[in-house]
Amino acid sequence: MGSVIERKCGVAVVGAGPAGIAAAVSAAESGADVVLFDDNPAAGGQIWRGGAKASHHPEAALWLARLSNSSVTLFGGSRVFHADGGLLQAESDDSLYHFRFRSLILASGARELFLPFPGWTLPNVVGAGGLQALVKSGLSISGKRVVVAGTGPLLLAVAAYLSERGASVLCICEQASIWRLGAFALATVVFPEKLLEAARLRFAAGRARYLTNAWPVAALGRECLQAVRISQNGCIREVECDYLACGFHLVPNLELARALNCRIHGGFVAVDHLQQTTCPGVFCAGEPTGIGGMELSIVEGQIAGYAATQREEAAKRLFASRARYKKIVPAMREAFQLRAELADLAKPETLLCRCEDVSLARVRNHHSWRAAKLHTRCGMGPCQGRVCGAAVEFLFGWAVESSRPPVFPVTCSSLANVFRPEDGE
Amino acid sequence: MPESVVVRVNGNPVTVPAGSTVAVAVLLSAGVCRTSTSGEPRGPLCGMGICFECRVEIDGRAHRRSCQIVCQPNMEISTRG
Amino acid sequence: MTTSADVLVVGAGIVGAACAWELAKTGLKVSVVDGSFPGAGATGAAMGHIVVMDDSEAQFSLSRYSQTLWDELSEDLPSNVEFERCGTIWVAGDDQEFAEVGRKAGYYHERAVPAEILQARALREAEPNLKEGFAGGLLIPGDSVVYPPAAAAFLLQKAVESGATLHLGKAVIQLRHGSARLADGTVMNAHKLINAAGQLAAKLSPGIPVKPRKGHLVITDRYPGFLHHQLVELGYLKSAHSLSSDSVAFNLQPRRTGQVLIGSSRQYDVEHDRVEPVILSQMLNRAFDYMPGLRRLSSIRAWTGFRPATPDKLPLIGPSQEDPTLYLATGHEGLGITTSLATARLLRAQLLNEAAPIPVDAYLPWRPIMRESQVEEGHA
Repeated sequence: MGSVIERKCGVAVVGAGPAGIAAAVSAAESGADVVLFDDNPAAGGQIWRGGAKASHHPEAALWLARLSNSSVTLFGGSRVFHADGGLLQAESDDSLYHFRFRSLILASGARELFLPFPGWTLPNVVGAGGLQALVKSGLSISGKRVVVAGTGPLLLAVAAYLSERGASVLCICEQASIWRLGAFALATVVFPEKLLEAARLRFAAGRARYLTNAWPVAALGRECLQAVRISQNGCIREVECDYLACGFHLVPNLELARALNCRIHGGFVAVDHLQQTTCPGVFCAGEPTGIGGMELSIVEGQIAGYAATQREEAAKRLFASRARYKKIVPAMREAFQLRAELADLAKPETLLCRCEDVSLARVRNHHSWRAAKLHTRCGMGPCQGRVCGAAVEFLFGWAVESSRPPVFPVTCSSLANVFRPEDGE
Repeated sequence: MPESVVVRVNGNPVTVPAGSTVAVAVLLSAGVCRTSTSGEPRGPLCGMGICFECRVEIDGRAHRRSCQIVCQPNMEISTRG
Repeated sequence: MTTSADVLVVGAGIVGAACAWELAKTGLKVSVVDGSFPGAGATGAAMGHIVVMDDSEAQFSLSRYSQTLWDELSEDLPSNVEFERCGTIWVAGDDQEFAEVGRKAGYYHERAVPAEILQARALREAEPNLKEGFAGGLLIPGDSVVYPPAAAAFLLQKAVESGATLHLGKAVIQLRHGSARLADGTVMNAHKLINAAGQLAAKLSPGIPVKPRKGHLVITDRYPGFLHHQLVELGYLKSAHSLSSDSVAFNLQPRRTGQVLIGSSRQYDVEHDRVEPVILSQMLNRAFDYMPGLRRLSSIRAWTGFRPATPDKLPLIGPSQEDPTLYLATGHEGLGITTSLATARLLRAQLLNEAAPIPVDAYLPWRPIMRESQVEEGHA
């Protein structure tokens, strides 16, 4: 293995998306020694992947510039796999990091929810955000036919992005009803910037038809995707395409918070008005505290950054802004609730766990996540239930909770390294 | 700064725009990243490093998440095994 | 509401499952009750190494007999039980340990257990990823590995096919005099009760000297061909021997998936099941001493389990002295998977007054050392 880097810092921030960047920059304002970790090679998280040039959001350019002008040290390509009692451990391809921190800010964001349906494991069936990420990472989508499906504001953003890069987005299949979307639009009227954004996206998405009450019932093809069978308002039809970009909104990344024993309430990390979790010295900002989008993540990140550096007055000045953006959270949850039909898409032989190739039928024989895991191997692969676990929570209502180290797969060498506290500390 | 990078996927040279991830190089040439435990062809799903479907062997090291790794010149990438 | 059976087995782990099948086969009406699901306790955390041990004559006798039973059963095991006769290699670190290898080989040869001494070069050929410089080892080709939860599920399924009934998700809070009182208030009656509750055995039969002995394990991603046999350091016995201190020992297993299972550790007097970084670190570093290449493998999960341990490292198999309806089948420490099948045979023999296939005295719940332990109320 490579080097072992041991350091002390004032504030450690996990996750370099909007919340993490805002937190790190805000914490660094007061002169604190701030370090920022992210698994991705560069800062930006998912929504600002590819940097300012790849994003229409003025916030991306603003905050990424503030980050590079700050004293924050960024460790990209680094997976945090352990955090406990003032110590954080992360692994990159050539280094192992042990950082003693005074405050920790969790800004680990969210991931897409994937639901199983026949053919969902075919190559070229990708997440909605997933396909956008691949295109931002260099995949050419020019001239390719894409069906975007699932639920959530991400669908329109992805459709627009792909269209701008030459894809032929055939349609956007949103499982929510027009009524729910209408209610969501009404709720966002108070955010004119969001309405403008939605209009821009709609325009950018070009000729793609936006279908509601629509969802994929099967992905068809032999060695890779050839067509998608869609249900819309009860009618079934098949659409030939090259990619299916399908994701059912977002689930928070809670693994590190769980490992730290932070209280989780209603599926999100419980935080107080200063974004502090139930673990002293541990803060949380952004999607893990509630799915609310970019603007809310930024404000929460700033508040956490100020709170972690004892600048409560600065934090308080942002409370009104946070309260305003927080109204999005229940509106989003309401609008993009998953309809019951989505739980019936998978057939008995449809795979539920992709790491270990375990079918829905086999998993369904059991009555708890742990029983299913031990007896079918579902969730025992490297993703450790990040994909199938979220699906299972929706399909069966099981609590998927067990949190065991490492929080993310790391080399045995990293796992074996325990920071020995220096005497007298 | 070079505009493109050449890597090798299963022995075949592949040219990608500089800054592209290994996943992109693999999709361009092999089309598929790995074979699942029951023999299915698989490609990336999440694009952000959590699903592990994009795993390939890079320069002799197995289980590398190709969507999170930027192509470096002359990388040897294998989708077999 | 009461139900009645000939035998009520408490615990659907590997031992309870084996006993249930064995007894159901004889035509007895068997009920199995468990507070959770099959294999939820130590069975679900266990390594699944089927191994002959020579720690004592009694331990050898039980493990050897049980191993032959697993071999007889192996053809019928479904693939998800992952039975592999990969053999064990006891690795000798130095000349002193290599002398021990010689002694062990002699011991096994006398008892008709196939055993082959491996010189240094043969050891490296058998396991190329072992560090250079080991004196040699002892190969026991008859040892195997299984995936314990699937094995327990298989045995239970056979029990049900033979007429047993399963009552899962029903915790037993009191067990005596032909009666099991469940947490939900119901009572199950039977002529005979079997306490095969592993970690919970001492709660149900207060006073039996069975204490939890915590262990850690780590599993890697898939690396087919990295490891071929179960590898155990000769110092393992020192670790398992010690009755009072925490220890780690090199113990490595190849799984059929190609994953490598890394053990082992032993701790007394720890009740929480959290993974402890310091113990994990000691255990992993010990493993690196033997197989440096492990360092680079990706580890995907660590977990803990509690072995039910007795003062003399032998299980309790047989009737309780105080309660004529109660039999014990617990305290198997690190040999639960191995000796489950033999335990079932011995228990059956005692229940039905048949001749036992091997002498049972050493495992009787009221053998002298157990009585002493109960009197002293502490572990030795």
